[in-house]
Amino acid sequence: MQRCGPYHLVNVFTNKRIKVAPMKYRSPISTEQITESTRRSFLTTSASGIGAIAVGDLLYRDGLLQSAQSASGERQQSDLINPLTPRQPHFSAHSKACIFIFMAGAPSQIDLFDPKPVLNERHGQPLPESMLKNIRFAFIKKENALLQGSPYQFRRHGECGMELSELLPHLGGVADDLLLVRSLHTEQFNHHPGQLMMQCGRSTFGLPSMGSWLTYGLGSESQNLPGYVVLTSGRGSSGGATLWQSGYLSSSYSGVPFRNQGEPVLNLMTPGGIPDKLQRQGLDVLRAINQRQYDQVHDPDIAARIASYELAFRMQTAAPELINLTGETKATQEAYGLNRPEPEGIGGRGKQNNTYQSFARNCLLARRMVERGVRFINIIYASWDHHSNIPEELPYNTGCVDQPIAALIKDLKQRGLLDSTMVVWGSEFGRTPLGENRSGNRSVGTGRDHHPHAFSMLMAGGGLQRGKTYGATDEIGWNIIEKPVHVNDLHATILNQFGLDHLKLTYRFQGRDFRLTDVGGHVIPEWIS
Amino acid sequence: MNRTALIVFLCCSCIHSFCIAGAEKNQRSTQQVSFSRDIQPLLAKHCLICHGPNKAEGGLRLDVPEKSTAKLDSGERAIIPGHPERSELLRRVSTADESEQMPPDDTSLTKSEVKLLRQWIQDGAPYEKHWSYRPVNAPVPPEVKQESWIRNPIDRFVLAGLEKMQLTPSPEAARPTLIKRLYYDLIGLPPSPDEVDAFLNNSRPDAYERLVDHLLKSEHFGERWGRHWLDQARYADSDGYEKDNPRPEAWRYRDWVIEAINNDMPFDQFTIEQLAGDLLPEATTTQKLATAFHRQTLTNSEGGTDPEEFRVEATFDRAETTAAVWMGLTMTCARCHSHKYDQISHREYFQFYSFFNNSSEAKLSIPQSETAMEQYHQAKQTYESNLEQLQVRFSVKLAELQTVLKDQDIINRSIQKKTENGSQQADRAGSGSLKQTAAPENVIQALLVNAAKRSGKQKTIIQDYLISLDPEAAALSKELIELKKSRPQPPLVDIQVMAKEDRETRILNRGDFLQPGEPVQSDVLAVILQSHPLPQRSREKPADRLDLARWLVDPNHPLTPRVKVNHVWDHLFGRGLVSTVNDFGVRGEIPTHPLLLDWLAWSFSHDMRGSRKQLIKQIVLSATYRQSSRVRPEIAVIDPENKLLSRQNRFRVEAEIIRDLCLAVSGLLSEKVGGPSVFPPLPSGVTELSYNNNFKWRTSQGESRYRRGMYTFFKRTSPYPTLMSFDCPDSNTTRLKRENSNTPIQALVTLNNAVFLEAAQAMAKRVLNEKQGTDAERLAYALRLSLTRQSEKEEVTHFLQLLNTAREYYQAHPQDADQLVKQHPVPTVDGAELAAWITTLRMVLNLDEFLVRS
Repeated sequence: MQRCGPYHLVNVFTNKRIKVAPMKYRSPISTEQITESTRRSFLTTSASGIGAIAVGDLLYRDGLLQSAQSASGERQQSDLINPLTPRQPHFSAHSKACIFIFMAGAPSQIDLFDPKPVLNERHGQPLPESMLKNIRFAFIKKENALLQGSPYQFRRHGECGMELSELLPHLGGVADDLLLVRSLHTEQFNHHPGQLMMQCGRSTFGLPSMGSWLTYGLGSESQNLPGYVVLTSGRGSSGGATLWQSGYLSSSYSGVPFRNQGEPVLNLMTPGGIPDKLQRQGLDVLRAINQRQYDQVHDPDIAARIASYELAFRMQTAAPELINLTGETKATQEAYGLNRPEPEGIGGRGKQNNTYQSFARNCLLARRMVERGVRFINIIYASWDHHSNIPEELPYNTGCVDQPIAALIKDLKQRGLLDSTMVVWGSEFGRTPLGENRSGNRSVGTGRDHHPHAFSMLMAGGGLQRGKTYGATDEIGWNIIEKPVHVNDLHATILNQFGLDHLKLTYRFQGRDFRLTDVGGHVIPEWIS
Repeated sequence: MNRTALIVFLCCSCIHSFCIAGAEKNQRSTQQVSFSRDIQPLLAKHCLICHGPNKAEGGLRLDVPEKSTAKLDSGERAIIPGHPERSELLRRVSTADESEQMPPDDTSLTKSEVKLLRQWIQDGAPYEKHWSYRPVNAPVPPEVKQESWIRNPIDRFVLAGLEKMQLTPSPEAARPTLIKRLYYDLIGLPPSPDEVDAFLNNSRPDAYERLVDHLLKSEHFGERWGRHWLDQARYADSDGYEKDNPRPEAWRYRDWVIEAINNDMPFDQFTIEQLAGDLLPEATTTQKLATAFHRQTLTNSEGGTDPEEFRVEATFDRAETTAAVWMGLTMTCARCHSHKYDQISHREYFQFYSFFNNSSEAKLSIPQSETAMEQYHQAKQTYESNLEQLQVRFSVKLAELQTVLKDQDIINRSIQKKTENGSQQADRAGSGSLKQTAAPENVIQALLVNAAKRSGKQKTIIQDYLISLDPEAAALSKELIELKKSRPQPPLVDIQVMAKEDRETRILNRGDFLQPGEPVQSDVLAVILQSHPLPQRSREKPADRLDLARWLVDPNHPLTPRVKVNHVWDHLFGRGLVSTVNDFGVRGEIPTHPLLLDWLAWSFSHDMRGSRKQLIKQIVLSATYRQSSRVRPEIAVIDPENKLLSRQNRFRVEAEIIRDLCLAVSGLLSEKVGGPSVFPPLPSGVTELSYNNNFKWRTSQGESRYRRGMYTFFKRTSPYPTLMSFDCPDSNTTRLKRENSNTPIQALVTLNNAVFLEAAQAMAKRVLNEKQGTDAERLAYALRLSLTRQSEKEEVTHFLQLLNTAREYYQAHPQDADQLVKQHPVPTVDGAELAAWITTLRMVLNLDEFLVRS
């Protein structure tokens, strides 16, 4: 605690000195706040003086220029102006953007990523009782459950020889750019809690999602688009909007759903009958009156509001330009499979309207967003919840996603963006090596139940290892036998690639410093290139 | 600000330190270290995770005084009171030797923190209870110099703080600002120009107070403050989780809240009914309905879930919500392990949890509506009198038949007939005489039984037989059966509430429902229990929810009244006296005005007897509340967050209120209070994002399109986007304070969303209909509707230019005009003219001043 004698304050308007008695108690106001507010106050007074310079713009640009601010530093005042001001990470890093492709419903790793010859040999046999002890299932009746091998062939791909299912031929083509993780595990085995866990690091409600944390930590590079965008194809996910809400963080950090056709963002279009020039003139009037108000009451919130309206106006141009794909070459459009027809005769729970085209568009849009500085793009595709009918529905889904994702990875690489963009394929959990027998009959079916104990994920770019397979499960794919990765570890490593220390990226809420990794999380050095 | 002045400011600000708490307690002239203010947060931040209730590394615990001074594993003592130089703690936090330095990570203590510790040990290392756990006393409002500013005791506490800093309060806000502020704060709606005029022209000294009283009596008061409470109650219209099924009757609890607040139900009763209404002696239906507070938790009906897992999850939420809402404590950490800094152990968590574990969700039948119930009672009366008449007629007829057809006669006749025909069949042929009939065997058997000994079934058989013989009786019987079928049913609906259910509570290891540990009994937190015991109704049984509720609202509870008045303060100033409104624990902020907080808490729980309206009235009558909100740059430098309250604050109004304001000034707003949730227009494609598209948004028609925002159907996995864009809580957990963000997405909503466009259309219609005169006069009227105050000439000029450009444009583009005006046409006004007004007024509805409580 500091002590000092009497001192003087200077009234800025009268230039009179005011004598102030020494204070005895700790200041509730930090030095940083004082510096920041002084700067703000300086701008305030000078802006009123200059008059001609629009204070909104001044402050807004000012907000954007504060890139020296650190991710965990004092942010309150500048948040008033632009909460998405780009911020320096804790340490320098590769990744600038993340495309998180969330395969909601849980695809079968047994049929896609984790070949199990022994399981195939034991197809139709019961699982030893010792393994079933203390295991909970959603639907499987333990007594009669039988092992279910995969009917799909696995092949080695690329120089690295990564083994992938025949259902993923295109991804096989980029195997040398992939990091395949076969040893993920989670605690949740119901969809919504599991999806919250994967998106927010814990299965409870009211928490920010990964995208919220990244934009909170790093702000956004885009001046015309939201920092965190959500793109969906297929049917709705179990978690719905709870998967991209910002929880206790400001709604500035929540995901903005983009539709890939029509009006890309809700309320983006000026109402019919109002031409752009009237919209612009209207905003000019609004700005002038708000500016007058600002000059009278000096509230920085007003400057922030002026800035928000300007950004909104820019978004009105930028977002339609973003979703207009006519500038993309035919080759690109074809590579992503933009015009693929829906396959005939198969479909299932993932299908909704033109799902194939919609997913392909979303992948291409994701690349365009990365180019425009969007920080986090969440592509959600549901549903992979194959409790039955794997032979039809799994190929439908893989047929939908395999080509566009592979094209996305190639495209990013070709444009030199893959190193700074992390692409993740993931789901809330995996599926059982046991066949689903909801009826309780002792027979092998066509579905698989939820499996939180071991599942797989694919990652690419963002400074991660390439052509690497990490972790292993036992011979039937039931338990992890090598290098287990908890969801919190995954998140810690993702943040690390963005230069963020998951232990330091915190937010104080209800007395607790919350973080994406809850109370766990270890960065996995072996993933980092 | 010139550069020199700025530097002077900075220097002064940096070298001095002040605390408003100190300003209030100016008798404390010498430098003192306060354990709860200075030391406890420091220990919590740096030490207690390893040297606290969970771990006691090296044998050291710094949370308990006896242990902090005891001999450690190393033989040293961490603290030797009065001897900082011999205390190991001080040596280890100040050493430069990295192998010895504490804390071991890179978050070492700052010099001033070390200094505080040294001073504290020097003073004898006194431990004291955290400020918020100490009893509330009634402080005496301090003396001030500027007596003339004082309107009520609140102002004394605030002014004393300002005078300590040699600052003066802000002048009172202009009268139009005051009325707008009161309307926004108390009812969440703008005043009409007539109401503004009445207030401006009222020269009575108590005009302001009368306005306050008027607003406190408004039905909309219950809506405004009810919504604040619903945030805390995590109210929603659906189950949550994957299936997220609708809860079509959930609004009945919302109505309960609005009504209770409108009736100014004292806070103790308000609490008791919601936490334990079902346990009250002879609990009424309404009291049971109130317990739906804790049935706002989520329900997971996803396939393959274990119901116990989610019952436990909901029970966690009930316990944690109760602690947060009433005591401002966050218990969540202690679900899995003893709290690392607040004094809540893992065991205590489950003792508290036990109050709620002894209850279950239960069905309660309540009347669908009062009207329906009245109609039912009327119909029932009619029915009963009809029934009685018919029954009399029937009985008479039956008696008549019985006199004609004596039992024995039937038997005799039947036997005779049987012998004649050799048949058992009844002979109805040529039924000239009833007595000719032969009865079936079962009738005869019944008749052979002594009349007094016949069973009910036998009686029915005989009666049916008699009726069958007489067409008139048969007709009456049929009529009777038909009438009974039309018996009116009571118009009841089932809603979900809480009810008692005995259940053993066990500590759940790591909060996992599959790992039950030792059993515990219900109890409250020891740290508060010490000074504020829990009275139990029964010595034999553990305390229940009713005991808990009564304990929480006992006037001597240290936390509840402080937390409660702080909520109210937060809503009226945009910032609580304790800024962490959801955290009164050791990591929370200390109050800016601790004595004022206590004075309000004491008055609220004693003098005001928990009256929400009296508390609000007291606050809004103060000179502190009435100050102008203009930011004073010279003070903002030293007090950017306005902790000193040298002015009022400006803040954007909440999500629901933004829409309410627009609907109100456009004249579209439905002022209907209460009732089922509504479905205002929604852009297509929004609800498709919820699971399986299992939800269709059937847009309401007529008045229901324009109900206040708080009545919008809230689906947890697909909430109304406009609400969410403006920081409406997701209602999955309790929310004690909303964020107040400012985003471009919000600008897009108020600029382009169909609901807001429609408000502009209706406002154009209103302005053109209500105000005759020049464009400028009409624009001034529109500005007055939205801003309350008289507009300035320059403001009108800006809008006039826009209006003229728009007019020109629409005259040249009639199709665009048609598109804009078709929803709310004005027959007397030409399309281009109307479109120009819509385009212009749309911007009025976006003015910062309109959307901000200033």
